[in-house]
Amino acid sequence: MLNLGLDILGLARFQFGMTTVFHFFFVPFSIGLAFVVAVMETMYAIKGDKDYKKMAQFWGKMFLYSFAVGVVTGIIQEFQFGMNWSEYSRFMGDIFGAPLAIEALAAFFLESTFIGMWMFTWDRFNKWVHTLFIWLVMFGSSLSALWILAANSFMQNPLGYIINQQTGHVQMVSFGAVLSNPQLWSEFPHVIFGAFVTASFVIAGCAAWRLLKKDHVTFYRKSLNVALVIGLIFSVGSIASGDMQSRYLINNQPMKFAAMEGLYKNSTNKGEWAAVSGFDTKNHKTTWSVDVPYVLNLLSYHKTTGTVKGMNTINTELHAKYDKKFGSDINYYVPTKTLFWSFRIMSGAGALFALLAIVGLIFNRKKSQLIMSQRWFLYIMGLCLWLPFVVNTAGWFITEFGRYPWVVYGLLTIADAVSPNVSVASLLTSNIIYFLMFAGMGVVMIVLCHRTLKAGPDIENTDGYAAGDTDLDPYSKGAFNHD
Amino acid sequence: MTSLQLLWFILIGVLFSGFFFLEGFDFGVGMLVKSFAKNEAERDVVIRSIGPHWDGNEVWLITAGGAMFASFPMWYATLFSGFYLVLFLILASLIFRGVSFEFRANMKTETWRNFWEWASTIGSFCAAFLFGMLFTAMIAGMPIDKNGDMTAHFFDYVNLFSLVGGVAVTVLSLVHGLNFIRLKTSGELRDRALAWNKILYPVLFAGEVLFAILLYFSTDFFAKKPLTTTAIVVALVVFTCLAYWGVLGNHEWLSFIGSGLSLISVVVLIFNGLFPRVMVANNSAYSLLIKNSSSSPYTLHLMTILTFSILPIVLIYFIWSYWVFYKRLASPKQNA
Repeated sequence: MLNLGLDILGLARFQFGMTTVFHFFFVPFSIGLAFVVAVMETMYAIKGDKDYKKMAQFWGKMFLYSFAVGVVTGIIQEFQFGMNWSEYSRFMGDIFGAPLAIEALAAFFLESTFIGMWMFTWDRFNKWVHTLFIWLVMFGSSLSALWILAANSFMQNPLGYIINQQTGHVQMVSFGAVLSNPQLWSEFPHVIFGAFVTASFVIAGCAAWRLLKKDHVTFYRKSLNVALVIGLIFSVGSIASGDMQSRYLINNQPMKFAAMEGLYKNSTNKGEWAAVSGFDTKNHKTTWSVDVPYVLNLLSYHKTTGTVKGMNTINTELHAKYDKKFGSDINYYVPTKTLFWSFRIMSGAGALFALLAIVGLIFNRKKSQLIMSQRWFLYIMGLCLWLPFVVNTAGWFITEFGRYPWVVYGLLTIADAVSPNVSVASLLTSNIIYFLMFAGMGVVMIVLCHRTLKAGPDIENTDGYAAGDTDLDPYSKGAFNHD
Repeated sequence: MTSLQLLWFILIGVLFSGFFFLEGFDFGVGMLVKSFAKNEAERDVVIRSIGPHWDGNEVWLITAGGAMFASFPMWYATLFSGFYLVLFLILASLIFRGVSFEFRANMKTETWRNFWEWASTIGSFCAAFLFGMLFTAMIAGMPIDKNGDMTAHFFDYVNLFSLVGGVAVTVLSLVHGLNFIRLKTSGELRDRALAWNKILYPVLFAGEVLFAILLYFSTDFFAKKPLTTTAIVVALVVFTCLAYWGVLGNHEWLSFIGSGLSLISVVVLIFNGLFPRVMVANNSAYSLLIKNSSSSPYTLHLMTILTFSILPIVLIYFIWSYWVFYKRLASPKQNA
């Protein structure tokens, strides 16, 4: 066989990264859109203003596209553990399987059943009942995030288990401990708030492009308003929950935290924080940096004093702790540049979102026409619709690369988790085909959203049973009669 | 083997039964988009018949997979890594057909609508066929080593028996889909579905008989459990006969239930034959057993409590959602 220098571990890791990143373009987008659409429909139910109904239906279309792609790429995720990571599955099944199964049972059924109901029963049910459907979808999808993050949190910070002496696998002893994992409760709000921000800024960005063309001004200004109010609340929420999470990391995954801040050496009491740095990752050194005093301590401890351990120290500590079990030739340094820059992109964007939302809400006040005259702002807003996807990816890069070399922190290395019986050829084939399929679906998604946007909110909802298409009326009397 | 382990072995079977009963007609309907429906308007109706349901139906598969991971991690790991290529192709098929309905509805040009209609048709055919092939190959026995790693080559799982198994499940899904269309549409589509099934059922009978014969030679099912295996094979044929009777006498519900129960019989046949194993190895010493492939008693206990408290609620709204859409879709009027 042709040797391309590819091995199953590298290919399996690439596949996990690729499929997860692609899947996670759509997950937060869908969760967030379900929320925003639910808010819009609720406002319709309360105020009776048809514009809000139109908004729910219009942005709801994008939600349906996103949901479809999210579902099909999600199945890959579930199958992937067994297919590419069979040793991981054996090792972790006792703990990891349960949240996955409950996720399907408690969340996916709810989500998928009620999305069908919501999609096909406009004007058939009382508007409050119909609004309830979309809230149930939103509730189901948030619940699914909770369960999958419970599983992920165990991988980051194993709690509530013992190692079975016979099999060497982990074994659950306390479901309560798995669920009350502090990692989970710092991760979950951040992911959910991030999802709301994602949808808000995509909607705001789309609305901004249409406003630049002076198209359906009232409709898009109203949409912009809803999106920015939600966007403001939850970008602040994201920043706060992100801060909570990073302070949690200092103690629980110090290597991840040190890499996010690019600290090779222990910090001094002055708390110099590197705004930007260059790294020599081979020799574990910072080559240059632009430092701001005290900020590191403010970020880490919310006070001006204190020190943070650098990666070199942590590396020594990890070797001392784990060499007996995992050998001394393991590399404990995480991909520093990736974490450092991902963190800066994520936190910078978080601040930008909050700022944009404030300015946007001021410009978009009911009596003001500022939003229409400040075209530069609409351009920025329009471009920022892509940013949430970058930010979400950056967040997961930190979480997942920062766990290196573990797949389950301190218990199982990535190298020991991979399926030993899958061939390089199979993995290479699946990687290439997945990549092509994802590229195709990504393009279709963008084209569809763009087309929907161009067609505008006045196009009748043609989906399904309540289409008002008399030729297809399924509710005609005697539909059950034999001819 | 503890009673919890047995319970979960049965529950996995129940989940797969649910999946094949429900997704069976989804697959069937998906296959019919191109050939059976003659024009755009008919395709709209055919797709709408499963529109509100297909996604929920697919969750049965996700639940079955998750439940297998939770209750029998060794089974999950061996099965999924062992049948890597088959499962990869299943995933690709499910992706294509999954997005096809939403994407097709929003395409403007003939060419692209056509593309997504083919995606639905081919994706549905492949998914049904590959599931049939996978399960048939699984019961025939595979090369599995001491660690539980399966290292099967192409011809270990692609052979006469597994091909017949794949075709049988495909045809079963197809007739099930037609029976579903008979229930959900009216006029021309409904009549055509009946006419198609009149032709397809004899094909299905031939397939089932061939499958039963090959089952005798390719598995140890008849040797190890002659009574139950025979009984289930007979049940399979009887259900198919009932469905066929429903076709000939135009009893729509009877046909639909009959074809659904036929699919469930196949699952029951497989699980009955597997017992007390979960994976059959060529070297019987390495077969995975229910008793040594499961999770800990704690996890099984937990899963049992959660499943029995959540599943009833799920079933209530799941069934209600079918009730909401119980009425027939009218056939499109033929206007030039």
